Amino acid sequence: MIDPYLESILIFSGINIILALSLYLPISAGLLSLGHGGFMAIGAYMSAACTALYGLPFLPSLVLGAVMAGLVGAIVGFPALRIKGVYLIILTMGFGEITRVFFLNFEPTGAASGLGGIPPDTTLALVWFIVAILLFGFFQLRRSRLGRVMTAIRDDELAAEVIGINLARIKVAVFAAGAALGGLGGGLYAHYALFIDPAQFGFHRSAEIFIMVLLGGMGNYLGATLGAIVFTVLPEVLRGLQDWRMTLFGSLLVILMIVRPWGLIGARR
Amino acid sequence: MLLKLDKITKTFSGYSALTDVSLEVKQGEVHAVIGPNGAGKTTLFNLISGVLAPTAGTIRLSGVDVTGKRPDHVTRMGLARTFQGVRLFQSMTALENVQTGQFIRDKNRLLSTFTSLPGKTGKAERASRDAAMELLTLVGLDKHHKLIAGDLALADQRRLEIARALATKPRLLLLDEPVAGMNPTEVNDAARLIKQLCERGITVLLTEHHMSLVMEISDTITVLNYGKKIAEGDPASIRNNPLVLEAYLGSDVAAHSAHQAAAAPGEQARSELIAQEDR
Repeated sequence: MIDPYLESILIFSGINIILALSLYLPISAGLLSLGHGGFMAIGAYMSAACTALYGLPFLPSLVLGAVMAGLVGAIVGFPALRIKGVYLIILTMGFGEITRVFFLNFEPTGAASGLGGIPPDTTLALVWFIVAILLFGFFQLRRSRLGRVMTAIRDDELAAEVIGINLARIKVAVFAAGAALGGLGGGLYAHYALFIDPAQFGFHRSAEIFIMVLLGGMGNYLGATLGAIVFTVLPEVLRGLQDWRMTLFGSLLVILMIVRPWGLIGARR
Repeated sequence: MLLKLDKITKTFSGYSALTDVSLEVKQGEVHAVIGPNGAGKTTLFNLISGVLAPTAGTIRLSGVDVTGKRPDHVTRMGLARTFQGVRLFQSMTALENVQTGQFIRDKNRLLSTFTSLPGKTGKAERASRDAAMELLTLVGLDKHHKLIAGDLALADQRRLEIARALATKPRLLLLDEPVAGMNPTEVNDAARLIKQLCERGITVLLTEHHMSLVMEISDTITVLNYGKKIAEGDPASIRNNPLVLEAYLGSDVAAHSAHQAAAAPGEQARSELIAQEDR
């Protein structure tokens, strides 16, 4: 049997990889979001409500959570079409905060006291099976027709539009797909943590997901993957430092951004 | 008529960039729009390509009203353009830039993207790569296909932008100052390329400050000044049009030139006009 401590690190690494990739997807089309904790919350609450409150099987619940997050992502994605850069970041931050406050007041899922009694259905094998599928998908996407179009939109929106690309359609689709993956990560998280409350999905969570992608490198899906692993494992490695570990972790981030602003992996441009 | 502009007006918060400009571009011709800086040439291109919507007037492409349509819609109708300031996908290779240009003419293969074997190049992808290489060969960039677009020399970037525009399979190609910043050899190459496009049945509408190029390759020239059309015709008639000379050189010089032109039929004015614009 695998050591439970090691297993928990591996599961959290896998969930964080899914979350980091879910944010990398819109970023690769130039859509920066700092509200991904909100999509994670929707996936977590939706799937946990299905299993814990309505007794639905785990996998359909997980899918429902992802679909719900994707739908909300599409709705949030529409205003995002007209907004760029810093303004989009603020819009998504606002969305994340609205979502948190919604669940804080939503009685059916426990409001501020949270939702417990979630069945422990998330397994190591399932998490890494999903990670493997996602990595394969991103690998295939990179050199594909759709992958090129996403890079084109990130590089130069106007140029992309004048070669005939329907910006609205691609942007909404990509944003919604990223949101759905975030919801999937949230569902897996809920069924491993077994108890969720709105505070777990606040701005700090959105920022964490963003840091994972930034840490690994925004130009490459492998960057997001590595970033998520480092983000999960490094604090554990530094555990011996006790109270100082997050200070050192923060310092390492600052140093990294100075010496390798493009992240651990990824081209300089 | 491939392109027909009817009384196009564009105002920017009270300032009139274009006033009642009508223009017709015939199938198969090279049509140049010239005029001093600020005459409204780039605004005109932005209106035709859908980047901006006109305040008044209509734009018809092959008889279909495209006034105020989005750029991607207009491109699907068979119009492609380049930008004065070259807008490539900087992080992609030259080949990928052209392949991206084929997006709307390619088959949708989203499903096969995720079901095909990793590392295997599908039939559709291979076809897209071959077609893109063909266009790169046409503009003379086939040897540089693996280079990152942002690393290419300016003249090559302009050529790549033309190749990317051609990848959308346009009937009408808009070139916004295609030879700006090029040396004489590169200008000659560009002139040859534009003529080749014409032979392929692509109609070209361009703006340019390089007068000898305009005079050499254009079938029709339209002259704008302060957002109004002041003259239109073949190169010979534009060269000797006193209104055009005045717009470019100012009224005193134009009068002087016209005087000299009377003495030495047009030659002096012509060389002055060319000298002014080649600078």
